[in-house]
Amino acid sequence: MTAIYILWLREVKRYLRSRPQIIASLAQPLLYLLVLGFGLGPVFQQSGQGSYLQFIAPGVIGMGILFTSIFSGIGLLWDRQFGFLKETLVAPVPRIQIMAGRTLGGATIAMIQGMLVLLVCVIAGFRPQLALIPLALLFMMLTAIVFAGLGTAIGSSLKDMQGFQFIMNFLVMPIFFLSGALFPLANLPAVLAAATRLDPLTYGIDGLRGALIGTSQFAPATDVAVLAVVASGFLALGAWSFSKIQI
Amino acid sequence: MIHVENLVKTYGEVKAVDGVSFDVKAGEVFAFLGPNGAGKTTTIQMLTTLVRPTSGRMTLDGLDPGARPLDVRRRFGIVFQDPSLDGELTAYENLELHGVLYHVPRKVRVERIEMLMKLFELWDRRDSFVKTFSGGMKRRLEIARGFLHTPKILFLDEPTLGLDPQSRNQLWTHVRSLNESEHVTVFLTTHYMDEAERVAQRIAIIDHGRIVAQGTADELKQQTGTDSLEAAFLALTGSTIRDERADAADQMRQMVKMWRR
Repeated sequence: MTAIYILWLREVKRYLRSRPQIIASLAQPLLYLLVLGFGLGPVFQQSGQGSYLQFIAPGVIGMGILFTSIFSGIGLLWDRQFGFLKETLVAPVPRIQIMAGRTLGGATIAMIQGMLVLLVCVIAGFRPQLALIPLALLFMMLTAIVFAGLGTAIGSSLKDMQGFQFIMNFLVMPIFFLSGALFPLANLPAVLAAATRLDPLTYGIDGLRGALIGTSQFAPATDVAVLAVVASGFLALGAWSFSKIQI
Repeated sequence: MIHVENLVKTYGEVKAVDGVSFDVKAGEVFAFLGPNGAGKTTTIQMLTTLVRPTSGRMTLDGLDPGARPLDVRRRFGIVFQDPSLDGELTAYENLELHGVLYHVPRKVRVERIEMLMKLFELWDRRDSFVKTFSGGMKRRLEIARGFLHTPKILFLDEPTLGLDPQSRNQLWTHVRSLNESEHVTVFLTTHYMDEAERVAQRIAIIDHGRIVAQGTADELKQQTGTDSLEAAFLALTGSTIRDERADAADQMRQMVKMWRR
């Protein structure tokens, strides 16, 4: 257990020490929030859907969590090429504990990042309902665990940085755009509707939106159930790929 | 302390290690020499549980690394060819993390970290981030870390690569003194023949995955009728230059060097 804790602590320390990166990583969600929020706001309003800023704020929080947790998994690739991973792999600690410490660390920093994005959204004019904040935190945590597990699976199987570009364009960006972070899930064309339902981030953002602004496509229990199942699946996948790492 | 018998590792068609046998006695300093790509690192990787052998037998302190990896890992320390420190942590934090991973009790951990950091002249810089350290300081820290959990065997894979003569000299002095005071068996590889001759009691020379000679430095010179270990080494392994293929890791290292100023 102490091994899991010390590796978790390492991830968190590294994150808290990289302040310039934290600020830089807040810029992207903020850009989406302000430019799209105010840019598409009038159109959204005219179609009778209310404030677009309110609508996409949970979406950009989900985006922050998605990117941070996937990047923390990619950090594995760096540790692998530049040695630190070897130090942990020759330690008398089962690999599953090393994977658990790193992945939980990744999920924790993604969660902190999500809370920072929420704070920035509030400063930018987002007004969430306060009563269900604990529920919102639950959804942020589940989303962080889902994608930290996926990040570990990706980081364990990537060989070089070219692979990273591939993952960004063919996996992470589609997960973001198909999640309903930017548009309502009702009345979509059939193919798109099906794609959004296959995307785990959809349920994270839907749950978050339900908790923060009171509108959602699915019941909160459905969102929690789907996220929990996907999280277990991705954690198992992450543990499996991590166990396959050859130095 | 280390017993290796007919060890083989093949990667597809390539035989990286091809039937290697040797013994290292407890408390001995043993040098494993060979040209690039001869199979030194692969052998170390097999002994240290990172890679499974294709065939053959080996034991460390009587234990089989394949069957009881965790028990074997507790018994050795290793300094890899590439640095394996976390640059974003301080020197002290790097050692502390290691101590926790190796289940060193807190009290012993605190004492040994201080003792080793003082010995390797890093105590004043204990709270500096490792990314600010020079190559020599990083190496010293890694060696101190290798000793932290009082291992029975210390593997050193080209530990002096890229260091100036002063740092190399000092590093071997410390390794020798700990070898004597803590009775640690040392298994090292290096490209510097003078180091091997000065530090190691016995030497094995490996080429194309096979051991071509072993014995003391004097025995190797006698065998080949040469007057220096370097000449003996060249006589045994020939003078062709071995080019290793650059893999993804090397390419990334080059890229990172380009990005860092």
